Amino acid sequence: MSDGGAPTPEKGKLALYWAASCGGCEIAVLGIDDKVLKVAEAFDIVLWPCVMDGKVRDIEKMPDKSIDLCLFNGAIRTSEQEYMAQLLRRKSKVLVAFGSCAAEGCIPALANMNTREEIFQTAYHDTPSTDNPDGVRPQIETEVPEGTLHLPLFYDTVKTLGQSVEVDYYLPGCPPEPDRIWDALVAILTGQLPAPGSVIGATTTVCDTCPRTRNEKKIKEFKRTWEIIPDPDTCLLEQGVVCCGIATRAGCGALCPTVGSPCIGCYGPNEGVVDFGARMMTALASVIDSQDPDEIDRIIQEGIPDPIGSFYRFGLANSLLRRKALAHNGDGRVAEPA
Amino acid sequence: MNRISIDPITRLEGHGKIDIFLNDDGDVANAYLQVPELRGFERFCIGRQAEDMPNITDRICGVCPEAHHMASTKALDALFHVDPPPTAKKLRELFYSIFYATDHTTHFYALAGPDFVMGPDAPVAERNILGVIKKVGMDIAGKVLKMRHDGHHLIKMIGGRPVHPNWGLPGGVSRGITEEQREEIERLGRDAVEFAKFSIQLFNDIVLGNPAYVDLIKNDAFVHNTYNMGTVDADNHVNFYDGMIRVVGPDGKEHAKYHAKDYREYVAEHVEPWSYLKFPYLKKIGWKGFTDGIGSGIYKATPLSRLNAADGMATPLAQAEYERMYEVLGGKPVNHTLATHWARLIELLYATEHWIELATDPEITGENFRVLPTQTPNEGVGCVEAPRGTLTHHYWTDERGILTRVNLIVGTTNNNAAINMSVKKAAQGLITKNKVVTEGLLNTIEMGFRAYDPCMACATHALPGQMPLEVTIRAPDGTVVERLSKNLS
Repeated sequence: MSDGGAPTPEKGKLALYWAASCGGCEIAVLGIDDKVLKVAEAFDIVLWPCVMDGKVRDIEKMPDKSIDLCLFNGAIRTSEQEYMAQLLRRKSKVLVAFGSCAAEGCIPALANMNTREEIFQTAYHDTPSTDNPDGVRPQIETEVPEGTLHLPLFYDTVKTLGQSVEVDYYLPGCPPEPDRIWDALVAILTGQLPAPGSVIGATTTVCDTCPRTRNEKKIKEFKRTWEIIPDPDTCLLEQGVVCCGIATRAGCGALCPTVGSPCIGCYGPNEGVVDFGARMMTALASVIDSQDPDEIDRIIQEGIPDPIGSFYRFGLANSLLRRKALAHNGDGRVAEPA
Repeated sequence: MNRISIDPITRLEGHGKIDIFLNDDGDVANAYLQVPELRGFERFCIGRQAEDMPNITDRICGVCPEAHHMASTKALDALFHVDPPPTAKKLRELFYSIFYATDHTTHFYALAGPDFVMGPDAPVAERNILGVIKKVGMDIAGKVLKMRHDGHHLIKMIGGRPVHPNWGLPGGVSRGITEEQREEIERLGRDAVEFAKFSIQLFNDIVLGNPAYVDLIKNDAFVHNTYNMGTVDADNHVNFYDGMIRVVGPDGKEHAKYHAKDYREYVAEHVEPWSYLKFPYLKKIGWKGFTDGIGSGIYKATPLSRLNAADGMATPLAQAEYERMYEVLGGKPVNHTLATHWARLIELLYATEHWIELATDPEITGENFRVLPTQTPNEGVGCVEAPRGTLTHHYWTDERGILTRVNLIVGTTNNNAAINMSVKKAAQGLITKNKVVTEGLLNTIEMGFRAYDPCMACATHALPGQMPLEVTIRAPDGTVVERLSKNLS
């Protein structure tokens, strides 16, 4: 923050930006409470559109590598977002993919299960409260009586930040917990950083930090969360609830299992896990108490009817699957809206 | 035709883009608020397990995930035909009151505060929360930070996480609270009531005590005579969590009062080619274009709308402030957009009072906080008042509870048409022939927009534009006459 006066030369420069995201990462940053003031002491905040009256134009004018740290949250779905990712990459010494959307695609990337055409058809035609007798759809260019209005192109595929530009560090979580954000800021300020390209965070799993007691897991059926009131002290997976703690990176403090809900994997895959869903399915297959292939198949079909939503809810864009196959051109975009 | 673009609009949750067109006389011909993205939840949620929806749809908005979590959980109650036990309903409402108090605090101090505390003409570098802290001092800033800290601490304690809770289930919640937790909730709630009273006093001193601000609130450029929507309890008092949806006309008379499950009889959504965000309107009146008055189906769903749509507040301190606001502003309904900030503070006070009522309810620590559904799921509607407007989730599933169809009408979307009109009217009132368009003037237009606390993340989530706040005036042939970015900080 310049405090309205001349910039203090010894301060570092910090940018915070959001692309395709929900705003929860901004709230998580504010969640470091009065430490925000310490951040303001350590850095001139040069960009933070959610909170400050901002000036992207001034960023464009800055010399390359003149921003010391950029925390970039949100996935990439359009040319504008890609432009901002490229701009901030160029201007920043250290670029952090902040939060699940930037790191692995998160919920917005569930849209990779559909095409833009399907999404438009649902939003502007099929939804029951939509009243659209003329079949109007948003257009990139619209002539209105006073002139021409433009909308950005809506892509078919959601990308992670790392699929658009080179990322120095990843901070997982949907959103990252405020304590972890502060840990990362301290690490950056003191130069205590891991190798470039690393995740700043734990290398253990949510299971390792979960207070529930674990015994041998032998499962005859998986329970959907609405089908069971689980025992408050025993491992949820042992009780048949699909809990993702076994594959998920620690960092949250096992918050969800602590309030009786299964881990849903929002901190992303733990170190060494290549594909979160594959890891989960392997882990779950190993706890099924059966040797009969038909019975195993039935247990999985009945208990886990939506593997995409259960295991790729946060990481579809960054997974080996990445997206549902497109019938047409494979470059992640389609030409013009219909 | 000349054009002024405000892109991006700052200090709102998500981005939008405003284009203002000037005619050859230099007057405002029209203005458009464009929302430049759609995320497609209604499509990509198909195929998901219904019970996952409170943990998927909360990612529509990280600023008000509690609202989506709660509307979704209520939709699951209806979908699975299960009635949560009283302890569960009270816990949800307690959680929701704490959320409201926290969210309204964030908006008033961090997003709207800079306009009122620093003033619309303050330098850009100071017009933010850090500028506000510097001006009001660490003592007041400390109160704000404590309120936010306490709120998020309790939301995490009850719902599991401070952002994106994981707690709501069809038939109840995943965990109750202990007596020890209840005591902390009550203790921090009493601080919150004091904070709300303090905030109202601050508004009195800084805003109502300043004739320039009062003139701004009452300025005709910020008035829109539309219908107003809000949820009311059995006494027609404002309720955030449950009740009937009531709509009153510009004349203050009741237009409709209906159960959320019947929303399709009362609300429809219009599509324009220049925005990804749809425009809801009152179906029985019809879409008549961007025009206000009793003959147009455009409505607002904001804190001020909720107060207009109700007969009063359910708690004593909030009721007293409710009466005072209408007395000062000349009776109901009040359609001065900037009075929405005052209404937000009255709601803050109500939320904290209700927080105490629920925290001291003997049933709140009950162990019966959940019942398991026994019926086959098929269809369900869940509705709450999100801080930014009436929020509706509607799900259809197969017999396994796998989603086959989803419809969402979220808080800010309700206000899409009204916000467009507000931007146009503010621009028409403030930009006239030969008037020099300054950055401060554009910010004043943004104030008309910001009062709605529009959450574009909620509405669809919007995109950043390629340009900063910049004014380009073009001649009718498209050539650039002047760039006013030099006037910007």
